[in-house]
Amino acid sequence: MSLRLKLKPKTEQKIIQVILYSFTSIAVLVLVFILVVILKNGLPQLSLEFLTRNPVDMGREGGILSTIVATIFLTLIALLVATPLGVGTAIFLTEYTTESWITRVIRFGAECLAGIPSIIFGLFGFILFVNKLKFGWSMLSGGLTLAFMVLPTIIRTSEEAIKAVPEAYRLVSFSLGSTRWQMVTRVVLPSALPGIVTGIILSVGRSIGETAAVIFTAGSALRLPTSVFSSARTMSVHFYIMAKEGISMPKAYGTAAVLVISILLINVTTYYLMEKYIRRKK
Amino acid sequence: MTPLERNDRLIRIGLLMIALSAISILAIITVFIFEQGTPIMFKYGLKSFLLGRDWYPTEQSFGLLPMIVGSLMVTAGALIIGVPLGLASAIFLTEFSHRRLTRILKPVIELLAGIPSVVYGFIGLMFLVPFIRENFGGPGLSVLAASIILGIMILPTVISIAIDSIRAVPDSYREGSIALGATKWQTVRLVVLPAARSGIVAGIILGMGRAIGETMAVIMVAGNAANIPDSILAPVRTLTSNIALEMAYAGGEHREALFATGVILFIIIMILNTLANVTTARQRRK
Amino acid sequence: MKTRGIIVRNFSHYYGQVRSLNNINLDVYRHEILGIIGPAKSGKSTFLACLNRLNDLIPGSRVEGKIEVDGQDIYGPDVDVVALRRKLGIVFATPVPLPMTIYENVVFGLRLLGNDERRELDRIVEDSLEKAGLWNEVKDRLHTSALKLSGGQQQRLCLARVLALKPEYILLDEPTSGLDPISTMKIEESLRQLKKDYTIILVTNNTKQAARVADRTAFFLMGELVEIDETHVIFTRPMDKRTEAYLEGKFG
Repeated sequence: MSLRLKLKPKTEQKIIQVILYSFTSIAVLVLVFILVVILKNGLPQLSLEFLTRNPVDMGREGGILSTIVATIFLTLIALLVATPLGVGTAIFLTEYTTESWITRVIRFGAECLAGIPSIIFGLFGFILFVNKLKFGWSMLSGGLTLAFMVLPTIIRTSEEAIKAVPEAYRLVSFSLGSTRWQMVTRVVLPSALPGIVTGIILSVGRSIGETAAVIFTAGSALRLPTSVFSSARTMSVHFYIMAKEGISMPKAYGTAAVLVISILLINVTTYYLMEKYIRRKK
Repeated sequence: MTPLERNDRLIRIGLLMIALSAISILAIITVFIFEQGTPIMFKYGLKSFLLGRDWYPTEQSFGLLPMIVGSLMVTAGALIIGVPLGLASAIFLTEFSHRRLTRILKPVIELLAGIPSVVYGFIGLMFLVPFIRENFGGPGLSVLAASIILGIMILPTVISIAIDSIRAVPDSYREGSIALGATKWQTVRLVVLPAARSGIVAGIILGMGRAIGETMAVIMVAGNAANIPDSILAPVRTLTSNIALEMAYAGGEHREALFATGVILFIIIMILNTLANVTTARQRRK
Repeated sequence: MKTRGIIVRNFSHYYGQVRSLNNINLDVYRHEILGIIGPAKSGKSTFLACLNRLNDLIPGSRVEGKIEVDGQDIYGPDVDVVALRRKLGIVFATPVPLPMTIYENVVFGLRLLGNDERRELDRIVEDSLEKAGLWNEVKDRLHTSALKLSGGQQQRLCLARVLALKPEYILLDEPTSGLDPISTMKIEESLRQLKKDYTIILVTNNTKQAARVADRTAFFLMGELVEIDETHVIFTRPMDKRTEAYLEGKFG
């Protein structure tokens, strides 16, 4: 700071504005570039066949059907486990207790869990689900690992959504003779639903894009999974393997395009929901 | 106690059990990783793990120093690239641009936060790595490539949190400063940024956590040689890549050493989390 | 013949260390409208909340003394609080329709009891809305959102919602404070009709309203009951100087 040139404030402002403008352009352009490259190279690969046929010859030929199915089921398992846990935690924190050391411990746990890298979740899932519980490399192992990973997101968004429900609704519900649980299920949860759904959708996006935690727990079998104990390869893992091993760049681009489009659709939906939700609240 | 009160109490206990799931999962993860990873660290000595330079896991040589240095280097690199770009964008979008432009760009940037890390890695591999190889020499797979990719990956996080904390600064501060004859930039530098500081710092720490924990994108562009890099153009291996690269085939002590890698990563992340918690708590108290 | 419905004896209420009601003694007779007047923060609303134990929901809330409703000590050990709140329905100052249809608002309390018999619900909805003076205005749009009603309509909906529960007592906490004169008039008219079947306690910051509708009136000041008597006595020959001063608009 001491070396700063003595400039007239107006000149300084001009210079800074140019710098800020160019940095912003770089940031936005780079991010948009990534999107454009994936879509430009990936979209030509997309066809009904690509989406409805299983991979052949390690993915050199055929489509990506089995990986789409695996992704959907893995995500479903994760949400089936994480949603009740996350929403239940949020209900407890907001409706069934006052701030105390217990709530602080619970929040601390959720915040720490949110910061743990996915590879650690992968290691953990591998030891606990794959080895100790003998689920093997399977959709169940992968789904449970993902559930733990997205739990903090669901807790946080549900808690915020529930807190946004006006206090007066609770009072009215009690005054009409509801128990606390009836108040939660009939008044609070319906009002908080859009916010809770937002959290769930965000988690879907994260589950679909995750690689490190999945590859060591769900494995990378290319077959169409037949049960929760089947090993399965998700789109992200498939894309990673094809790109890393250089199996087929066109097919890799195609997979990436499907991946990116689904995640963008999910995020746009979330964004729309949030906007609508917040606007309604105000 | 009436039946209703008894019911309510049962529900409360049930919900408490559920609410303890997050902290229990955290505890179980900690126990498992440490249980698997620490015995071998003590068997061969903490020092040989933390300071050993040679990673030959099949010959009982488990020096993690190259990976620790590697993780710190690429994380620092990511911050050097991501923070100025991110902060500048946040300042521009909140203080200097048209409101309409911000309304379009902020969501676009936040949407990009959802792009899977493998996609970033892939783009790095296809475009950045060849570019570095042809223009600066070396194999292209390098500290530089990993830093740039990670820097880009943390951009959305840094930008969106910085925008939120800058927006949280009351307009009266700005008006007061402008009324005293300050230029817009002086106002930003002397009034707005200091007021938004702890939020911005928390965003940077979050981005840092994301960078140090990232695995797949780094593997694809970093080259993964287990040596301490001698230049930013040399290949590098991070703690996360070390685990991911060898987990599939490691057995016995080799696998335990990978868990030891996890332990070290875990400790670094926990320190960062605590830092982030402290700064956001300070922000909230204001 | 006057029967005593609610008996309050030596009743005090605290928020943490702060005493909000001090040693209240009063009776409420069946089928009367008891008006409670007094300046802001005089403990009127707290008193209402204590009658159906909504004060339980506020952390740090504590009571001393006794309240009996129809012979039952409502702070006794075996009280079914949920049933108590049905018996003493309350309407708040701000109308708060729940974010659902008009119909669902009215039947909310009934569904809590597991009553889903469509024909019976329909009947109760019509009956309750009729009594609250709202039926003619909303009968064609029962299944639209209650949030779209005007403020006055919303408040009458809140009254109907309470009536649907067939309470014995209706507690009203400044029910017309946010309403226009015409809506206020409609609600007051409903109250006069309702007196036949219910016992009503009307907290109001509008002394004229008490004069218009209450049979007896109680004056609260700083957590104490200053005096309680026939409304015309309170308004013409109050015993206490403070009552007189308040009614003359010297403070409040």
